[in-house]
Amino acid sequence: MSDTAKTAFLHGGLLALLFALQFVLPAYHHGNLARIMVLASFAIGFNVMFGYTGLLSLGHALFFAAGMYGMGLSVQILGFSPAPALIAGLIAGLVVAALVGALALRTVGVAFMIVTLMFAQAGYLTVLYFGSYTRGDEGFVIQQAQRMLWGIDLSDPANRYFAAFALFAVCLLTTLALVRSPFGKVLIAIRENEDRARMLGYDVFKYKLAAVIVSGTISAAAGAAYGLLFGYVGATFASVQYSIFPLLWVLLGGAGTVLGPFIGTLFMFYLIDLSSGITTAYMLIAGVVLVLLTLFAPQGLAGELRKRVWRGLP
Amino acid sequence: MTKIIKAPTRRSALKTLALGGGAAAAGASLPLWARYAQAQTSEPIRIGFQVHRTGIGAAYGRWYDRTTTAAVKRINDAGGINGRMVEVIAEDDGTDPKRGAEVVEKFATQHNCDIGFGTLFSHVVIGSAPRAGELKLPYFVVSEGHHVASGMLNRYTLQPGITDVKSQVIAMAPFVSENLGKKITMIYPDFAFGHDHRDYFSEAIAAQGGEVVAQIAIPPTETSFTKYFPKIPRETEVVYHVMVGPAVLTFVKELGEFFGPSRPEMFGFIDSLEAVDMGSAGLEFLDGTYFWEGNPRYAQADQTSHDKMYREAVGVDENGASVSDPRDVSTYAHMFGCWETLNVVKAGMEASGYQGPADRAALIEAVEAMGDMPLSDDHPQGAKRFNGKTHQVFGHQYISKVEDGRMNVVHTTSIEDTLYPDEVDYTAQSL
Repeated sequence: MSDTAKTAFLHGGLLALLFALQFVLPAYHHGNLARIMVLASFAIGFNVMFGYTGLLSLGHALFFAAGMYGMGLSVQILGFSPAPALIAGLIAGLVVAALVGALALRTVGVAFMIVTLMFAQAGYLTVLYFGSYTRGDEGFVIQQAQRMLWGIDLSDPANRYFAAFALFAVCLLTTLALVRSPFGKVLIAIRENEDRARMLGYDVFKYKLAAVIVSGTISAAAGAAYGLLFGYVGATFASVQYSIFPLLWVLLGGAGTVLGPFIGTLFMFYLIDLSSGITTAYMLIAGVVLVLLTLFAPQGLAGELRKRVWRGLP
Repeated sequence: MTKIIKAPTRRSALKTLALGGGAAAAGASLPLWARYAQAQTSEPIRIGFQVHRTGIGAAYGRWYDRTTTAAVKRINDAGGINGRMVEVIAEDDGTDPKRGAEVVEKFATQHNCDIGFGTLFSHVVIGSAPRAGELKLPYFVVSEGHHVASGMLNRYTLQPGITDVKSQVIAMAPFVSENLGKKITMIYPDFAFGHDHRDYFSEAIAAQGGEVVAQIAIPPTETSFTKYFPKIPRETEVVYHVMVGPAVLTFVKELGEFFGPSRPEMFGFIDSLEAVDMGSAGLEFLDGTYFWEGNPRYAQADQTSHDKMYREAVGVDENGASVSDPRDVSTYAHMFGCWETLNVVKAGMEASGYQGPADRAALIEAVEAMGDMPLSDDHPQGAKRFNGKTHQVFGHQYISKVEDGRMNVVHTTSIEDTLYPDEVDYTAQSL
């Protein structure tokens, strides 16, 4: 079987499985998987920058929140319906990513991490500062009546699952196409050896900026969808822990793999969920598992798959 | 807290039923738990307790947990609800709205809880309530946020055991203007909790003929406050402060150093110092200042038998600390809400003849029909009045003066002082 056929089989198979699962999963896991698919989309966005371009951002919550607030405030204040509100969220994410990218990419390495972290913190404080619009740390509810997309009630579990699946499928397939395209190959080249990519004549800054914009926009799409599907917009999603989560998910699942973000998000979600049923020290269990994975599968779960089973895994 | 009894999974249930069915066909009976499921009324009533065990709300969560355990023990010792025992299924939400929503889903769809209960921090309530409404899970919060009565939430979310911040704040204005002064400077954290105080108190004090002469918002990341104090106008007669979080001790210490021996009157909300020992170094400056208390931390000279019983049941001494560790100070001004909410749930279930999840709508209607609740062992903080339209309870508020490191109640508001016009009618929403 050719690499292309294997790729189509594997990724198409995952999407087919996720589509089919909605008909058989019990209610609890059905709801969980919808949430996981949205969060995995966030991680996919992060992976474009970190996994494929080698840019470690510690401020991705800013993009997630830009999408969430772009959507939420346009519903709350401007009275937008969900479709234009989603577009507003995407535009907000795109603009913020372009601005942050244009400034932060003047730095490299540790400085880039710190600058992205600072931008995200500034974003978080901005949400709090404009509390009369955002309701600050408390956040606000997107009411059920405001979540009717073309007559479809997004608060209904089946509709929510399908919307989350559609978002995830679009993000997954977009990333897959991206990393297999010449553009994606250049990003990987930059990750592997930036100087060599520059020497070959590529405008590295331009490519990295494009990666930040794609990454930020995908993350913003996830943020906008999260707010719309689960009915809540809040400053917590702009806080530093939501910058760390996608890093964890991607590291666990496998940075620089298309499936890694989903696997990492799924794994982490159920690790917390199941261990919290066993002990109140569930974060300790999560920590121990993370240490073990770092020791024995340093490239993440999908990274190990690539190393041991199929070296051509995209 | 009772231990979690794991609900059988769908797969194990089907497997067991299949085995049981086969056995029945062979002349044997169904397995024990399957018979148990047939006789649903003998199952315990499951209360999903959304508890802040980790995160910023952990200090509150610990005491909410203890109060809930004590309240459930008392209910079970008295025969349970409608003849059924009450089982608490606790899940940590990490004081996080995302996890909070997941926990609510878990209560409804995995643990098969009859209700969700106990959430405190407003952002967690607001993040979780939409899911409770969608899942039609009665969600009894103990938050004191104005979110319920503001109309932001839904018909399945109720706050019958603790008053909201709006009623607390507006009830303070008459006392402050009549006893402390009419020119007030407010110092508050620059986020929603502080903004609520700023907005509600400014309006209420103006209605009393007073005036807020300065509003000083302090960013939540601030760790030192000295640069803000020169902004306090000289004409200030009262400083109204509601700082919260780990920096509060620094705040009080620096405020004391700024004013020295000659200070204006001081009025604060005990939220700043919940779970903090009043004997902590630096708090001497608070002597002679006033605090709002939801429920007086120190047992008062006129302590009611109900407060005495409640303290003993929860394990709190007369100074508001754990009987087993005097340094473990309770969140006494808030945690009574868990006790009272569970008693409201009991009364609602009994009034509606609650049998199981099919009766959730009837439970909501039964609680909405409640009105006055007298001071009693069920309501040891004081009498209450529930507003079925806004899903919010109203009650007495206490103002205490710090004297020799303990807080003595100097004024108790009437319930009428705490009322404000309805902002929503949840009963108009469908169930």
